[in-house]
Amino acid sequence: MQDYVRRHPIWSVIIALVAAVILWLILAPWPPGLEEAMGRKRIFLNAIFSGITLGALYFLIATGFTLIFGLMRNVNLAHGSLYLLGGYLGFEISEATGWWLLAFPLVFLIVALIGVVLQHQVFRRMEGEELRQTMVTIGLSVVLADIMLWIWGGQSYTILAPQWLSGPMELPIISGVDRSGEYSYLRYPQVRIVILIAAIVMGIAMWVVLNRTKLGMLIRAGVDDREMLTASGIRIQYVFLAVFAFGAGLAGIGGIVGGTFQSLSPGEDTRFLLASLVVVIVGGMGSIPGAALGALIIGLAEQIGLVYAPTYSVVFTFLIMAAVLAFRPQGLLGSRR
Amino acid sequence: MAVIEHAARGGLAPAWFERIPPAWWVVGFVMLLMPAFANSFWLFQVFGWTFILGIIALSLMFLAGYGGMVSLVQMTVAGVGGYMVAILGPSGVETISLGLAWWLYIPLAIIIAAVFGTVVGALAVRTEGIYTIMITLAIAAAFFYFARQNYVIFNGYTGFNLILPPQLFGIDWRQPVPFYYLSLGCAVLAYAAVVYVSRSPFGLALQGVRDNPRRMAALGFNVTAHRIAAYAFASVLASIGGILLVWQNAQISPGTVGIPAVIDILVIAVVGGLRRPIGPFIGALIYILLRTFTPDILSSFGLSTERFKLLIGLGFLAVVFFSPDGVLGLWDRWRARMRRRDPLTGREAE
Repeated sequence: MQDYVRRHPIWSVIIALVAAVILWLILAPWPPGLEEAMGRKRIFLNAIFSGITLGALYFLIATGFTLIFGLMRNVNLAHGSLYLLGGYLGFEISEATGWWLLAFPLVFLIVALIGVVLQHQVFRRMEGEELRQTMVTIGLSVVLADIMLWIWGGQSYTILAPQWLSGPMELPIISGVDRSGEYSYLRYPQVRIVILIAAIVMGIAMWVVLNRTKLGMLIRAGVDDREMLTASGIRIQYVFLAVFAFGAGLAGIGGIVGGTFQSLSPGEDTRFLLASLVVVIVGGMGSIPGAALGALIIGLAEQIGLVYAPTYSVVFTFLIMAAVLAFRPQGLLGSRR
Repeated sequence: MAVIEHAARGGLAPAWFERIPPAWWVVGFVMLLMPAFANSFWLFQVFGWTFILGIIALSLMFLAGYGGMVSLVQMTVAGVGGYMVAILGPSGVETISLGLAWWLYIPLAIIIAAVFGTVVGALAVRTEGIYTIMITLAIAAAFFYFARQNYVIFNGYTGFNLILPPQLFGIDWRQPVPFYYLSLGCAVLAYAAVVYVSRSPFGLALQGVRDNPRRMAALGFNVTAHRIAAYAFASVLASIGGILLVWQNAQISPGTVGIPAVIDILVIAVVGGLRRPIGPFIGALIYILLRTFTPDILSSFGLSTERFKLLIGLGFLAVVFFSPDGVLGLWDRWRARMRRRDPLTGREAE
């Protein structure tokens, strides 16, 4: 960070200013003039929080995608199908057992197993042939989408959060001022806060594993120079399998989260595949911090756009992507290959 | 290549029509005389669709086969062309459509779509391989969502209806026989254009760029400019296909350019084969035949008629899994096996 400040002093000042303004907008009670210009503060805060929690969901899905691509150069365009499948399975499990939490480990295991099969049967046969991998996974996603349509039909499902998580919670953030001068505080769905915290914990845990353990060392070395790692006698196939299973399992868990936040229906698979594509393009391929940053930016852009310019909200996302591509084709935190 | 071989063998070079293989003459005559023995369903629904999707897939084949750039945005470019015809020309939505004359809105639609495709191409050529696919897919999705949400220009979810081709020379071009000839003519022109361009200096340079961009750059070719120009040419083809598509449907809506439609074009081009410009048309014919007749086949086996996508997907999966060159690749391999030569004597083996 200090390095960045030293190299780009002007940009750091601009970033710091923007961050300060946003923090002030979130924390301070708004003066009346601002409320007239930008609407109620509660709406703005809701957009920000929805953006951050949506970013957490995108992060869960995009990390798996970016890890698999970064380490193995495997292009898994069926990643969105794994997301949707995880969601449907999570719905079935939590409906059948009544335990929302139980769905997470079970779905993670099932989808990770599917990922292992995929890696072993499909990707190992066409190592290094990115185009063919793309085509095959597109074909797989078409087939999987139709099978899921066959089983679960065209209607949309919502996974109900358990009793102790449903309902709003009060956050220590001022959302407005009453006429009597009392502050009212922001109320926000509890389950989203919990999932946001879980995603942050997950992200930190992944950072620790990647940067502080031997497995993480192997993975990072594999991302940077695969040939060298293979040459030094590491059983890289096992690392591949583990990472692929982990990434696929994350997508499956993302499905449960997505089904709890929003809903599951046919077409969500491509939506989340595209979201993770855009996130990793913006953040930088193969970089976990990049995925976090990209997910945050895209989630915020989507939700703020939805509130303040509903017609163009999708376009914002892609304008961001185009701008990043135009100035930094390798992504914000990506390394030049 | 053929020209050089003939010259090397000596003797008179045969006239251009002598070099066309007999099979092509047969196909040509059958295509021209089709209305004499096919009913209007075959003309309009089967062959009309084949030519239209074939043209759009051809523009993808040109980029992928000669340029080495797999672009998923070609259906979107076609959609832009179609939308422009609906917006600039007459349509059922009179509040938006401008109702310009046909000689104005058709070229304008092609130009606007080509500019759109070229701008996307300029963005996409900054990246390579899989990144190009991702970025073009993302742009295609952006256009789909934008068209669905924008009511001022694109009329949102409903789109446009009653978009009919102009009544030129007193002919209703949407009747099956005239439309068949119109789409056939466009398909032949597009095919000929791709063949011509691929043998022109530009096309040869483009293939050089595909095979070794660094060497071509070292030779003084502007790699980026060649790639963007390829996008521009492919966009013109795609926009022609898009205009025909709108006339065929008489309507356009965001679903026309949705992700499934984008993937379909890739499926068509890959199943047909990306090596030669005839591939996309073969792929389109297979796709259309499957789409038209699988419901009957599936229901005769007692299955739900809705599993057409599953069949297409499995077929596509099988093709890309076993033959990356598509049906044409299978055909080539089969022919090569038929006349395998003995490597020592040079004679044909059993």
